[in-house]
Amino acid sequence: MSPVGVLALQGGVSEHCAMTGSLGLDTIQIRTHEQLEGISALLLPGGESTTLISLMDRWGLTTPVRELGQAGLPILGTCAGAVLLSSEVSEVEHACTQESLRLASVRSVRNRFGRQTRSFIRYLNIKGLDAPFPGLFIRAPLLEPLSDKVEILAELSEGPVLLRQGNLWLSSFHPELTTDTSLHRLFFESIGILPGRI
Amino acid sequence: MNEKRIEGSWDAKSGLARMLKGGVIMDVVTPEQARIAQDAGAVAVMALERVPADIRIEGGVARMSDPGIIRRIQETVDIPVMAKCRIGHFVEAQILESLEIDYIDESEVLTPADENNHVDKHSFSVPFVCGATNLGEALRRIGEGAAMIRTKGEAGTGNVVEAVRHARAVLGEIKQIKAMPREELMSTAKYMGAPYDLVCRIHEDGCLPVVNFAAGGVATPADAALMMQLGMDGVFVGSGIFKSGEPAKRARAIVEAVSRFDAPEVLAEVSMNLGEAMVGINISTLSEDERMADRGW
Repeated sequence: MSPVGVLALQGGVSEHCAMTGSLGLDTIQIRTHEQLEGISALLLPGGESTTLISLMDRWGLTTPVRELGQAGLPILGTCAGAVLLSSEVSEVEHACTQESLRLASVRSVRNRFGRQTRSFIRYLNIKGLDAPFPGLFIRAPLLEPLSDKVEILAELSEGPVLLRQGNLWLSSFHPELTTDTSLHRLFFESIGILPGRI
Repeated sequence: MNEKRIEGSWDAKSGLARMLKGGVIMDVVTPEQARIAQDAGAVAVMALERVPADIRIEGGVARMSDPGIIRRIQETVDIPVMAKCRIGHFVEAQILESLEIDYIDESEVLTPADENNHVDKHSFSVPFVCGATNLGEALRRIGEGAAMIRTKGEAGTGNVVEAVRHARAVLGEIKQIKAMPREELMSTAKYMGAPYDLVCRIHEDGCLPVVNFAAGGVATPADAALMMQLGMDGVFVGSGIFKSGEPAKRARAIVEAVSRFDAPEVLAEVSMNLGEAMVGINISTLSEDERMADRGW
């Protein structure tokens, strides 16, 4: 089985690797575009989205990842990773001209839930999961769909927090910071990397 | 289904620090510097009135920054904003929390307010980072509620030697505890002055329960990459950036070096033509009361 890639320039990299490891998947950390060759899926971790996009540009990853996403490579972005996937990025307090991969028809609103003291954990009902999932929101973005191709898999009173558009999954919370592998499993099942449940 | 939101939990506090891994946190004293830091790719800024190098030169009592400066920096950048309170000064910490600062550094760079006690960090919803020179000190701070640890190093010197000493001390002691038979853990806890349950956890996990950053004396991309290769999770740069000849360039180079810390050819490239580094201080020329790392316990 070809390995799963985890973008490893900054952020919660080892946490995603621990998730894929516990699901029995080979994992490769991606720092250069050569390492993208042959991966079966890509995880974009949480971190600082401004840092991540500038480092992706610097190390020549932005264009290859965008092209792989357009060609159908399954990509899961969590928090900053979801901001990277979005077609539009805005910020609650400031005008914002942040670059992104512009793959999913989604506007991410950075820091929509407030600063760190407002970070929270709350159980979520996620379409496709039987049990409530512990959603850990850390300076989280809100994810607004801009197209009817975008499916909402979970939402809070403020708006959507888990979206899917074809091969692209965007989560405003951090499944990789919990011990619950069910959301990662759901992603890998939906793309046929893990066998689906009957 | 539980509809309740729980704010300020341990997972949220230590989780933000995990999101900063592989990143550079930069000291800034003005909104303009904060903007330069963000544009260079900093994962967070530390809002200060004076960088440590200036605190050394000017002397006097160093305190929490003017909340007005902190506010203006918060209004300027989208990345997390940290600020320092004095060791044991829980009212400065309360003020910083009320400003909705993202992280508090209970820092030896400021003049300590309490020579015996650090802040009870469990009672705050804002997370804390604290300095440590060895594992016992790191575990005492985690026991008090610190959600992130950093080396103390020797701030404002541009000399990385103390940060290396502290990093090696913490990582070396973790290895020893990991390899130890269980029956030796209690006497080790007693000897180190560390909470027993945390010593047991180190024995089981072989790592700290929180992230561990380098701080204090990092001045070049090579310094930053050295700390990462030693096993640190990320880097604080204080005086090293805005006391150098070309801050924006150096800030960017250090960010790039941390993201590719194990690729020497990349480090060579990013280290070229950065202008003057900050003028360093040899630690041995500092008198005892000029050494910030000895503050706190």
